[in-house]
Amino acid sequence: MCTTCGCGVGETRIGMALAGKGPLELVEPHAHHEHPHAHEHAHDHVHEHVHADGTRHSHPHTHAHHHAHTSHAHHHDALHGEDEAHEHDHGDLGFDVGGGTHQDQQARLIAVEQDILSRNDAVATGNRQRFAAARVLALNLMSSPGAGKTTLLVRTLETLKAQLPIAVIEGDQETAADAERIRATGVPALQVNTGRGCHLDAGMIAQAIERLPLPAGGVLFIENVGNLVCPAGFDLGEAHKVVLASVTEGEDKPLKYPHMFRAADLMLVSKVDLLPYLDFDVDLLIANARKVNPGIAVVKVSTRAADGLADWLAWISAARTVKGLAAG
Amino acid sequence: MHEVALASSLLQLVLDNARQQGARSVRRVVVAIGTLSHVEPRALAQAFTSASMGTLAGEAELAIEEPPGSAWCFDCGDTVPLAKLGDDCPRCGGGKLVVNGGDEMRLKALEVL
Ligand SMILES: Nc1nc2c(ncn2[C@@H]2O[C@H](COP(=O)(O)OP(=O)(O)OP(=O)(O)O)[C@@H](O)[C@H]2O)c(=O)[nH]1
Ligand SMILES: [Mg+2]
Ligand SMILES: [Zn+2]
Ligand SMILES: [Zn+2]
Ligand SMILES: [Zn+2]
Ligand SMILES: [Zn+2]
Ligand SMILES: [Zn+2]
Repeated sequence: MCTTCGCGVGETRIGMALAGKGPLELVEPHAHHEHPHAHEHAHDHVHEHVHADGTRHSHPHTHAHHHAHTSHAHHHDALHGEDEAHEHDHGDLGFDVGGGTHQDQQARLIAVEQDILSRNDAVATGNRQRFAAARVLALNLMSSPGAGKTTLLVRTLETLKAQLPIAVIEGDQETAADAERIRATGVPALQVNTGRGCHLDAGMIAQAIERLPLPAGGVLFIENVGNLVCPAGFDLGEAHKVVLASVTEGEDKPLKYPHMFRAADLMLVSKVDLLPYLDFDVDLLIANARKVNPGIAVVKVSTRAADGLADWLAWISAARTVKGLAAG
Repeated sequence: MHEVALASSLLQLVLDNARQQGARSVRRVVVAIGTLSHVEPRALAQAFTSASMGTLAGEAELAIEEPPGSAWCFDCGDTVPLAKLGDDCPRCGGGKLVVNGGDEMRLKALEVL
């Protein structure tokens, strides 16, 4: 469903490589409609709008029509979404289509100025308060699919579960496999399946912690859906976002997915046991990450080496201390 | 970034505000999507059009402003324009930059009837 990264099984797919911002229509391929047409299928026309703030603009554009299903949006200087289940009267300037929506004299302008994600952020703030009340350090782990999040968690828990209360929330589009891998270590875990959704949001975490008791005084690990794009934008209420970049993925990932690396406080360079077999420049990866996020911390990890997690465990310990969550 | 999820958040905000104002319909929705935000405006517009069908905002025009990106350059000690994340400072070529504008995703205003 996600039109940017192409994850999910949405019916809408758009060629996002198009860079131009001219009068470009985003239309879905559609079956030819049966209704009789009095006009050309693709036609130019002009809308004129007068808005309550006094702006008057007209924009000519070409409609590629698709009646009888969904809708279209076109990006020109003023973006204009229209429901297409309506009659067009194309000789008629100064009048837009559809049930008399252009009664300019009655239009009112309301200033809003709210963040589009303000609802998610409000729920995230509630989660954050619950974590603080339970003295829990919540970490949101993100990466491309297969960078090693679950394996890292399993190995981390093997050490940490003897020291601290821990719980894990596993986000995947489908299957409960990752939560089962966690539970095999004896640590409580809850699977959240997002279906077509390609990221966790704050509401999913709020629901999850209704069912999964918070590990008071310990650590809640949240493994996000494997995806370097979508999860970056959604605050879950975590203390830190942590991004894994494995050494098999290429040094350019921070530049290709800058929002993720900008959002993270820590980059874990994973699978470093493979470095001897690869032509991978870790310093270049780090330099690229710091280009989009000068303050990002970096820790190298391997789940295959005996002491491959020592620096990561030390980082978790320091994060708890900084938050005033460490005992003693 | 998931424009479908964003479009439904946007729609909820629009409908809440419109209802509070006793609006019969929403005619125009003005949003600011900074050029450094993680949203593709055309994908958002498409998703909003689908999400809003049959609601008070079903006929609304979505106007997207795209405020340009800017960053604080530690070397220049100044705010400089930034075309995209990961770029060097256009003034001094330095790489220590922190975004300070153009990453917003905001519902600015509504025009209602
Ligand atoms: N060599 C090596 N392989 C690893 C390491 N960590 C994980 N792997 C392997 O990488 C593969 C993917 O690991 P997962 O832990 O399932 O990755 P993930 O990020 O949880 O994957 P998704 O949840 O599907 O996004 C598995 O075959 C692991 O055995 C490591 O440190 N070194
Ligand atoms: Mg996993
Ligand atoms: Zn996606
Ligand atoms: Zn138009
Ligand atoms: Zn037609
Ligand atoms: Zn998503
Ligand atoms: Zn500079």
